[in-house]
Amino acid sequence: MIRLTSQPFDPGAELTAFCGARTESGAVASFVGIARGDAGATTALELEAYPGFTEVEIARMAAAATTRFALHDLLIVHRRGPIAPGEPIVMVATASAHRREAFEACDYLMDYLKSHAPFWKKEHGPAGARWVEPTARDLDDLARWD
Amino acid sequence: MRVLLFGRLGDLAGWRERSFEPAPASLEALKALIAAQDAALGAALNGPGVQAAVDKTIVRGEVSLAAGAEVAFLPPMSGG
Repeated sequence: MIRLTSQPFDPGAELTAFCGARTESGAVASFVGIARGDAGATTALELEAYPGFTEVEIARMAAAATTRFALHDLLIVHRRGPIAPGEPIVMVATASAHRREAFEACDYLMDYLKSHAPFWKKEHGPAGARWVEPTARDLDDLARWD
Repeated sequence: MRVLLFGRLGDLAGWRERSFEPAPASLEALKALIAAQDAALGAALNGPGVQAAVDKTIVRGEVSLAAGAEVAFLPPMSGG
């Protein structure tokens, strides 16, 4: 399931629900990304999405990951709109028969989301606001999967 | 024709959504029209990593546009 939300979400509750009623998946891996405060340098984040496009693009990539890693299921929850430091921005959970595929798919999905998912991220702070674009490291991380 | 700007492009232009009537017949013509009105934005649309989507599908190269098309200009993306 893929969900964009402008409301804070509870990663623990999401993971509990995702793990529930599984009898064939031996492994669930998860990742939660949290908005950093950068010691006061960032007071708020703002994530812009393109409704009707962002969800479809993420779903396309999620389908490819499901095939590549033989996933039984996956969950992506992603915030949009304003986000305060300390709040979860993104959560990924993957379920597979064995742990390796679940770990790798989770890692792969996050690398994709950081540099290719249709979001635009603005950091607000005392020094002003700036748009954040993928770093060289983000792009290197994604290239590991080529 | 509806034109959408995302991320830093919207801040640079001072608008995030505009309609263009009469609609330019191609993506190149739309970019030229925008550049004639706002040179900085025109340059940014051709800048590194900026992609275009027509009716929510990424396009590359020469593309003809229907009068009712939705064209979006997308700077480099970053989630998470």
